[in-house]
Amino acid sequence: MNDDFVITAESLTKKFGRFTAVDSITFDVKRGEIFGFLGANGAGKTTAMRMLCGLSIPTSGNASVAGFDVYKQTESIKKNIGYMSQKFSLYEDLTVSENIRFYGGIYGLSKDAIKGKTESLLEKLRMKDAGNKLIKSLPLGWKQKLAFSVAIFHEPKIVFLDEPTGGVDPVTRRQFWEMIYEASASGVTVFVTTHYMDEAEYCSRVSMMVEGRIASLDSPHNLKNIYGVDTMHEVFVKLARPAL
Amino acid sequence: MKRLLTFVKKEFLHIIRDYRTLLILFGMPVAQILLFGYAITNEIRDVKIAILDLAKDDVTQEISNKILSSGYFVSYENLKTAADIEPAFQKGIIKEVIVFEPFFGRNLEKEKRANIQIIADASDPNLANMMIGYTTAILENYQSGLSEDKILPAMIVPEIKMLYNPNLKSVYMFVPGLMSVILLLVSALMTSISITREKEMGTMEILLVSPLNPAHIIVGKVIPYLVLSLINTVIVLVLSMFVFQVPVNGSLALLAGISFLFLITALSLGILISTLSNNQQTAMMISLVALMLPTIILSGYIFPIDNMPLLLRVLSNIIPSKWFIIIVRGIMLKGVTFSYIWFETLILVFMTLLFLVISIKKFKIRLE
Repeated sequence: MNDDFVITAESLTKKFGRFTAVDSITFDVKRGEIFGFLGANGAGKTTAMRMLCGLSIPTSGNASVAGFDVYKQTESIKKNIGYMSQKFSLYEDLTVSENIRFYGGIYGLSKDAIKGKTESLLEKLRMKDAGNKLIKSLPLGWKQKLAFSVAIFHEPKIVFLDEPTGGVDPVTRRQFWEMIYEASASGVTVFVTTHYMDEAEYCSRVSMMVEGRIASLDSPHNLKNIYGVDTMHEVFVKLARPAL
Repeated sequence: MKRLLTFVKKEFLHIIRDYRTLLILFGMPVAQILLFGYAITNEIRDVKIAILDLAKDDVTQEISNKILSSGYFVSYENLKTAADIEPAFQKGIIKEVIVFEPFFGRNLEKEKRANIQIIADASDPNLANMMIGYTTAILENYQSGLSEDKILPAMIVPEIKMLYNPNLKSVYMFVPGLMSVILLLVSALMTSISITREKEMGTMEILLVSPLNPAHIIVGKVIPYLVLSLINTVIVLVLSMFVFQVPVNGSLALLAGISFLFLITALSLGILISTLSNNQQTAMMISLVALMLPTIILSGYIFPIDNMPLLLRVLSNIIPSKWFIIIVRGIMLKGVTFSYIWFETLILVFMTLLFLVISIKKFKIRLE
């Protein structure tokens, strides 16, 4: 086990009956990296991510997340990762503090720790007065930031973001990525799936998935050079074309 | 354990925030028991009738007075001819017409036989039956008064005793059924909705990725509704005992134990429904159509199972409420001990285990 890699996957495969959703993918993710997982809908991004999160047992291949095996140590994996899905994941009928207390609680944080961290978090988000407000009364941008903050509240080694910016306006998306950078700078590894190609530019490295396989994996800069194009969008179109 | 506690706390917050549901949760049982207790009754009072007296003698006068002074009937009009009967009914005010034949008193005295015709408006069959029953009873009563001073050759006098519910109060019959409906509604419907809501909102995924395991999630979802249903059971029991004087002749502890068992049955059904549905609407439809309707119709709650066609009688055996109602009626009204209801209890235990095993299996498959 190499200490520099927080996620390693080797020939990881998932079949549903005769359909192969993820076809023998191999990759490593370095500590503190922002690892982009790109692909069209149905390319196998979510299935791959679910295997890494311990939600789904792979059909074959090997993978470890935060040093734990995805077959046998899913419980340990779950303690060391954070997760945010494209569906908004806070409880609308609970207040900001209640949501934080709940997520802190199910990750086993102590009462005092939750209290202290809640204060500093709300201060950081400039939401100090919003602690007792119901989530449903907050603007979408706030909710989004809060959802991300909650996903990394228990200081996980890796945070998985499943299309976190779906349906969010460009300004909020930009602010959201600033938070991702900040988290990455503090040592959290970020594993993010998206189909916004401009977001791909923000990643340290990007893996392009086409029909369950990794078609290409490199930094955005290198990818653009290899395919001789100017934007990630064009890279995607070139790679995805054979599938169309 | 601490994680579970956090989860349960969160669930309670959901319930408290949603005050409309809360109102239904506690308002419905109270409303239902009061409705069933007061509105549904087998007694009639002050029914308007018409009398067509073609004899107009002392005897018909006496019988008419007896009928009208009973408190069950009041006279609305006196008819003159048989042709008046139909129009009188059509006005919709009177529900029964009593016709005395001409020379009623003389016939009775001389021929020992006189005819009286009772015509009831059977557009409401239940009411018609009851009116006929009451009228006949009054006539019989009058007749036995006549025969007191005469010696009749032979007479059979039935002495009727209504065991376990001497006054035939309908609330006695409804309370056990009501308990089962409320427990089912609160436990199964609410649990299934609250689990599918997490799925719909996308929070279920977050929970599954967290260190909480499926058992935590299920138990955490179930505990709050267990508590609410227990409170509801107590409310229904207290109301029926103190407002309607329904007796608990058997052991209260046994009743509590059985109710608890049935609660678990209902909760496991709720979990099962939630594994079958992906959104709240589906969960609600399944609960209402597949659970509530058969429970109300096939459990013996309102309609007696013994009078049903064979197919429905067989079908009623898979309705958990049927067994619960048998047990609760046994304990409350007949005061039976466990040795009389062990079989029904065993069936409930078996059903509960079956639901639990299926739903836990299904829940696990869903994680894949």
